[in-house]
Amino acid sequence: MIREFGFPELLFVLEGARWTILLSALAFVCGGALGLAVALARTARSRELRWGATVYIQIFQGTPLLIQLFFVFFGLPLLGLQLNVWLAVTIGLALHASGYLGEIWRGGIQAVPAGQVEAARALGLGYRSVMIDVVLPQALRISLPATVGFLVNLVKGTALAALLGLTEATRAGQLMSNITFEPLRVYSAVGLVYFAICLPLTLWSARLERRLLRRG
Amino acid sequence: MSYQFDFSPLLTYWPELAAGIVQTLRISCIAMVAGLVLGIALTALRMSPSRPLRWLAVSYIELVRNTPFLVQIFFIFFGLPALGLRFDATQAAVLAMSLNCSAYAAEIVRGGVQAVPKGQVEAGRALGLGTADIYRFIVFRPAIRAIYPSLCSQFVLLMLNSSLVAAISAEELTYAAQMIDNRTFRSFEIFAVVGLLYLALSQCLSLVLAAIGRAYFSYPSK
Amino acid sequence: MEQSAAPAIRLEHVSKWFGKLKVLQDVDLTVNRGEHIVLCGPSGSGKSTLIRCINRLEEVQEGRILVDGVELRGDGRNAEDIRRHVGMVFQQFNLFPHMTALENCMLAPRRIHRIGKDEARARAMGHLERVHLADHAQKYPAQLSGGQQQRVAIARALCMNPDILLFDEPTSALDPEMVKEVLDTMVELADAGITMICVTHEMGFARAVAHRVIFMDRGEILESAPPEEFFSAPPARTRPDLPRPDPQPLRGASP
Repeated sequence: MIREFGFPELLFVLEGARWTILLSALAFVCGGALGLAVALARTARSRELRWGATVYIQIFQGTPLLIQLFFVFFGLPLLGLQLNVWLAVTIGLALHASGYLGEIWRGGIQAVPAGQVEAARALGLGYRSVMIDVVLPQALRISLPATVGFLVNLVKGTALAALLGLTEATRAGQLMSNITFEPLRVYSAVGLVYFAICLPLTLWSARLERRLLRRG
Repeated sequence: MSYQFDFSPLLTYWPELAAGIVQTLRISCIAMVAGLVLGIALTALRMSPSRPLRWLAVSYIELVRNTPFLVQIFFIFFGLPALGLRFDATQAAVLAMSLNCSAYAAEIVRGGVQAVPKGQVEAGRALGLGTADIYRFIVFRPAIRAIYPSLCSQFVLLMLNSSLVAAISAEELTYAAQMIDNRTFRSFEIFAVVGLLYLALSQCLSLVLAAIGRAYFSYPSK
Repeated sequence: MEQSAAPAIRLEHVSKWFGKLKVLQDVDLTVNRGEHIVLCGPSGSGKSTLIRCINRLEEVQEGRILVDGVELRGDGRNAEDIRRHVGMVFQQFNLFPHMTALENCMLAPRRIHRIGKDEARARAMGHLERVHLADHAQKYPAQLSGGQQQRVAIARALCMNPDILLFDEPTSALDPEMVKEVLDTMVELADAGITMICVTHEMGFARAVAHRVIFMDRGEILESAPPEEFFSAPPARTRPDLPRPDPQPLRGASP
C-alpha cells in the first residue's frame, strides 16, 4: 500500500523529533558531567591526569562519531555488556560530547586570568572552592557560546542513531520515505524539523558570542 | 569475561581496509577542494551588492549548517532523483560532502576576509586595481592565512564525517568495516581498529595540511 | 593625456556628508600641473577626506571633481582609470604583507599596464633605487622599519608613473627618528616636478617644497597662501590647535 506524505506522516516525523530532543538532552547532560571531569583533568596539576585527558579528547575528536556509536552498540556487547539501543546511543553520544565539551571548557578554564586563582588561593580557599566559586563560573561564561554551538552539533549528531535503528526524526523519515516513495518531500520535511530545532540555538550562540566580544 | 579477542580477520581483510582508506582520502580531498572553492564563491555572493544574492547565500549556509549531514546525504541520494538528478553512491557522497563543506568554509572564509584591514583594499583601489584583482592578489592570501587553522579543523571534521556516506553504501573505510563486520562478527576488534585508523588518518591529515599552510603562507609577519 | 591645458585637479563646489555630519563644505580648489600643495588643519577638519575624494576612495554628494580635465563620474565607473594616474601614499603604509617590497611594486603595473615580468621588475627596481631601498627589494614588509615601509609605499605608487601623488599624513604613524628619511624622499620627488597634494603637519616640509599651503577647518578651506605669506602674515586663524611654523629647516630641503 502506497501512502501519500500527508499530515499523519508528518506527525510521525514530529514524534520522532521528540526523541531527537530527548536524546540530545540526555547526551548533553551526561556528556556535560563527564566533560567537566575531562576539563578538570586536562587542567589539573598532575601530569598523568593531563596526559590522560589529552588522549581521551584526541580519541573522541579524532574518530568519527559513527564509529564510536558502532563500537558501543556492536562492540561492547561482545564483552558481555548487554545494551539496548537507547542506552548504547546515549552512552555513545555522551562519550562523544564529553570529549568535545571537555576541550571547550578546558579553553574556558585556561582563559580565566591566573590572578583570579592566585587571589582565591591567597584567601585560603581550597581547590574545590577555587574551582566551584571562582574559576568555573567565569570559565563557563566564557565558553557558553561554544557550548551552545556544540549543542547544535550534538542535535545533528543524534541523527546517526537512525543507523542503529532508533526511531528518532531521521529514522522516522526513512520509514515514511519507504512507505510513501516521496523521499524528496520527506527528507525536506525532516531537514526543516532539524532546522527548526537548530537555528534558534545557532542564533543564540552567535548572540552570546557578540555579547562576550563586546564586554571584552 | 569469556570473550576471546581475535584480530586475525582484520589481517585477512586488509586489502579491503586499505582500499577503504584510499577511498576515504580520495572523496575527502575532492570535497575539500570543491568545498573551499564553493565556499569562496558563497562568500563572494554574501558580500555582493545585491540583496537577493546575499540573502540566497546566507539561507543556503544556515540551512546546511543547521541540518544533519546524514539527512543531507539522504536528500541528495534518495530525494533528488525525483527531480531527475540521479547519482551513484560515490557521486552522491562527494556531492553531499562538497556542499556540506562549502557552507562551513563560507562561514570561516568570511571571517578571514573581515580580518584583512580595510587599508589593504584601499591601497589596491588607489593603485587602480579592479575588485577581482584586489580579492585575488591582495585579500586572498592574508585572509586564508588568518583562518587557516579553523579551515584545517573543518577539513579534518569533513574527513571524519565522510564515514556517514557508508549509509548509502558508498565505498570507503566505514563501509569496508561494516562489510567485514557482517562477515566475521568481530565487531569489537573491527571498530576499535578502524577507529584507530581514523585517528591516524586525522592526525596525518592535520600534519599534511599544516605543512601545506607553512609552504603557502610562509611570509613573515610581525 | 589629451587635455593637457586643463589643470591637474579641479574641485568645484564639493560637499560631502558622513550621515548627517557635513565634512566638506562647498570646497573649491584648483591645482596646477607640477604644483605642490600642503593641506593642514586640525584633526577632523576634512583634509584627509578631501584628498580621498580626489581618487574616489570617498564619494561626494555635491559638486564636481575633475582630474586632468576628466570628470569623476557619480557612479564611480571611471574611478579606476583616474586612480591609475593618481598615486596615493597612506598614513598606515598599507603595504601588502604577503609580498616582498619588489612584488608590492610590481603588482599594479603588471595587472594594469600588462607589462612583462622583466620590465615590471626593472621599473620597480628603478623606483626602489630612487627611494634608496634597492638593497631591501626582497624583504617582506614585516622585515622593514616603518620609514622603510613608507618609502616602499612611495615607490609602489611611483611604479604606476602617476601624474599626481596624494599623501595622506605620510609621517604621522612613524617613530620620530624615521620621519626625516620619508620627508627627504618626498622632497626629492617634489624637486623632480611631480604634482603633489600632501596632508601633513610637517611645517618644515611645507616651507621647503609647497607652492601653496592650505588651511582647512570644519570642512572648509579657510586660507590658501604661499608658505612665506602663510607663515608670516597675521593669521585669520587664531586657534590654539593651529600648526606652528617649524623653525628648524629640513636638511636636504633647501634648494
